[in-house]
Amino acid sequence: MKVVLQNLTKKFPNRNKKIRSEVIAVNDFNIEIPDGKLIGLLGPSGCGKSTALNLLCGLQKPTSGKLFFGEDDVTDLPAENRGVGMVFQNYALYPHLTVKQNITFPLENLRGADKLTKEEMSKRALEAAKLVQIDELMERKPSELSGGQQQRVAIARALVKMPRILLMDEPLSNLDARLRLQTREEIRRIQKETGITTIFVTHDQEEAMSISDMIIVMKEGVIHQVGKPQEVYDDPTNLFVAKFLGTPPISVFHGKVKGGKLYLGEDAVLTMKNVDDREVWVGIRPEGFILDDKGAMCCKLTGVEVMGRDSSVISTHPTLEGTEIRSIISADSKVNEQAETVRFTLKPHKVHIFDKETEERIYFEAD
Amino acid sequence: MEQKSFKAWLYLLPAILFLGVFMVYPLIDVFIYSFEEGYNSASQTYFGIGTYNYSYVLHDPYFLQAVKNTFILVIFTVPISTGIALLISVGLSSIQALKNLYQTIYFLPYVTNTLAVGLVFMILFKKTPYTDGLANLIIGLFGGSAIDFIDGPYWAKMFVLCFYTVWVVLPFKILILTSALASVNDIYYNAAKVDGTSKLRIFTKITLPMISPTLFYLIITGFIGAFKAYSDAVALFGTNLNTAEMNTIVGYIYDMLYGNSGGYPSYASAAAIILFTIVLTITCINLLVSKKHVHY
Repeated sequence: MKVVLQNLTKKFPNRNKKIRSEVIAVNDFNIEIPDGKLIGLLGPSGCGKSTALNLLCGLQKPTSGKLFFGEDDVTDLPAENRGVGMVFQNYALYPHLTVKQNITFPLENLRGADKLTKEEMSKRALEAAKLVQIDELMERKPSELSGGQQQRVAIARALVKMPRILLMDEPLSNLDARLRLQTREEIRRIQKETGITTIFVTHDQEEAMSISDMIIVMKEGVIHQVGKPQEVYDDPTNLFVAKFLGTPPISVFHGKVKGGKLYLGEDAVLTMKNVDDREVWVGIRPEGFILDDKGAMCCKLTGVEVMGRDSSVISTHPTLEGTEIRSIISADSKVNEQAETVRFTLKPHKVHIFDKETEERIYFEAD
Repeated sequence: MEQKSFKAWLYLLPAILFLGVFMVYPLIDVFIYSFEEGYNSASQTYFGIGTYNYSYVLHDPYFLQAVKNTFILVIFTVPISTGIALLISVGLSSIQALKNLYQTIYFLPYVTNTLAVGLVFMILFKKTPYTDGLANLIIGLFGGSAIDFIDGPYWAKMFVLCFYTVWVVLPFKILILTSALASVNDIYYNAAKVDGTSKLRIFTKITLPMISPTLFYLIITGFIGAFKAYSDAVALFGTNLNTAEMNTIVGYIYDMLYGNSGGYPSYASAAAIILFTIVLTITCINLLVSKKHVHY
């Protein structure tokens, strides 16, 4: 099911009643979410992701704008009638019901023509349970399950009624690191198998990047960029998106463009056409550094971490914004750890420059 | 380890001491008295030991009347008051405006003196040569004939007593239930809503099970409280409850203790032990039933 958000806006009155201004949690969202894809809604804490999800499932009403599921306008449809499946952040499994009862709960709500017999319900509950591999645990209570198992029950409960879209609020945040990796693959697999348009909220960029077909990066209620994870990573539209995506994070420098050359302090690190002389933010991805004794960029070496496949060279530069540059290079390249300085040349397509004021991307052609 | 348990006992000592002196010892004492025939508290003497006290009490028509009254009171007031309290609390937790005002109003009976409330009930229900009382006025409006609720037929008096008891115990139950309802996490309601659950089903399948421990607590304490009813009957019908046929078991015990010429402590003890047995049995049954129906 295709989901279309048209100028969707949600404002909250300020908690301090003396302040008249409103908090805009979701500001003028215009997105078309394609059918059958896994979408990651990504942003830092408190940026309005969960509000956006609540608008989609109908637990909150938008202040203005429209929302469509396929061709249906569902803006004013209450949550009960939207036919969405939702996996809540802390799962919200009913503690007094068994796994089986939890999963059949949504089915028992069906009335009229959709009403199912007991056998059909059991059958569908079992199918959903098998899909998430918890069919062995049907008679347990939620308190007797591990976090990962509870998570699966919550997904089964959301899937059992064959929802038009599936929403997940921070689905992995309550799991430990190991389980998180496993579960995120699981979510990917389940989404592929069912083909249900799935939107999940996360503040963890790695999580979103790794499994989404499309990510939506937002901050303070505003969408900053929408696209395939790799595209967004390679081609960020502004400094926030560039900084938010990627581990280790992008290194940001104060730089300036003068006479077709990009300067970091005294080092002329790149030549570029079609950019006027100006002050800029320079973002360089960790993999954008190449060790080169004759390289233009001279950094003070503080450490080397060898990780087997590759190694991180940790260094600083006078123009650096932040504390350290973490550059990832192949473990084959030898770094003299005793040296005081290390020199790099840069891969032009891993270097992004941004306007100093607006922090918007400035596109350049490398020479 | 030894040191630790010594400390623990030391901390428990004050409570054990007080409970022992004022709860356990009297209980044992009453149990002994109940088998001492013709015990006289002034001279501390008795004639013999046996079960005559029990046989006397169990054959006393006043006691049987008291048992009947108490059981009627328990059977009617506990479910009715709990049910009404639940309705009101659900109502209270679903409104926004005036919530605090209503909460205060519902709580007022709790802080009002029993006897003062009894007086108000007298005015509502008592029939005097000058007025038939407010309740009869209303009955008159619907074309019924006036009934004397205070000195009239048995069922009318029982009705007033039950009505009064329900009204008096409501505030506490409402208070406890509203806080229980407020403690149910909204996330369950949200989850149910997204799954298209009707309001009624949310209530019966989620709200009720979630507050079942509290509900059960109220039912048990309600039973115990109703079995121990006494002052309510006094407030409505005066101290001569036996003539009014409105005595309760506790009232009977009281009358036996302080009745004419120093009373009959042996009979009172026997009646007290019988009451204790009844309450204990009912509570055990409650606990057994609850195991099946209360979650967690």
